[in-house]
Amino acid sequence: MSIAPAERTALSEETVTERPWVTIVWNDPINLMSYVTYVFMTYFKFDRAKAELLMLDVHEKGRATVSSGTREAMEIDVAAMHSYGLWATLQKDD
Amino acid sequence: MPDAFYRTGSGRTVIRLDDVEKSLLRSLAAQVIEFVAPDDAGDARDPLAILVGIDDEARAPDDPALARLLPDAYQGDDDAAMDFRRFTERSLRETKTAHARTVGEVLERSGEKVTLSDQEQASWLGFLNDGRLAIGTRIGLTDDNHDEIAALPDEDPRAGLLDFYDWLTYLQESLVQLHLDDLS
Repeated sequence: MSIAPAERTALSEETVTERPWVTIVWNDPINLMSYVTYVFMTYFKFDRAKAELLMLDVHEKGRATVSSGTREAMEIDVAAMHSYGLWATLQKDD
Repeated sequence: MPDAFYRTGSGRTVIRLDDVEKSLLRSLAAQVIEFVAPDDAGDARDPLAILVGIDDEARAPDDPALARLLPDAYQGDDDAAMDFRRFTERSLRETKTAHARTVGEVLERSGEKVTLSDQEQASWLGFLNDGRLAIGTRIGLTDDNHDEIAALPDEDPRAGLLDFYDWLTYLQESLVQLHLDDLS
């Protein structure tokens, strides 16, 4: 029991200092804009306005950051994007 | 052109396809399965690794179309990309294979009127997207060369493939729109 508070402190310090990881979705000439919006709404549960904003970023800027968190969580998101056929990668936030 | 997919009064999702259209989709499904299914032929690998979905023989694909279906998860870090592939590629291949199988099974059981359950619709969406990714990459489609490829003479195989691609786009777009309406 006595270990718990120390652990919690260590965890929160790490959370503050560690740069998070991010999932990036890249533009490609094949995926439909409507389909990308649908994937963002279905998987990330974004509302339509947010999903369309991110989709437009992908389309016009070539990429969008769609989620952030631990490396493990981002690997799950990237694998999900690949299963939908979107081109996604993860990296440390820059 | 009428909507490809539509909803009936009772909320079922339906598409009408003639024999030629069904056979085109069936043959695409068979090709996708052949293309992405995990290769277990003469398997001498660790059965436990296969059971938990680890693929020690996973490699970045040389074929651009396959590379687009099974992309790297890391840029500029080949070791991390390869590790990710070892742990996820088999399951990704299985997901895409399952989508194509579902489409084949639905077409097999259906007449001209094809009715899809919710789960089957998700498989159709994934399959239509995978098919477009494979064909679009094969014919070298970019953001601005669609009309150029469309203007190629009939004997150029890319022109015929583009027709097929455009039809798949039309089908996918109509099914996506139904789902966007549901979600909004």
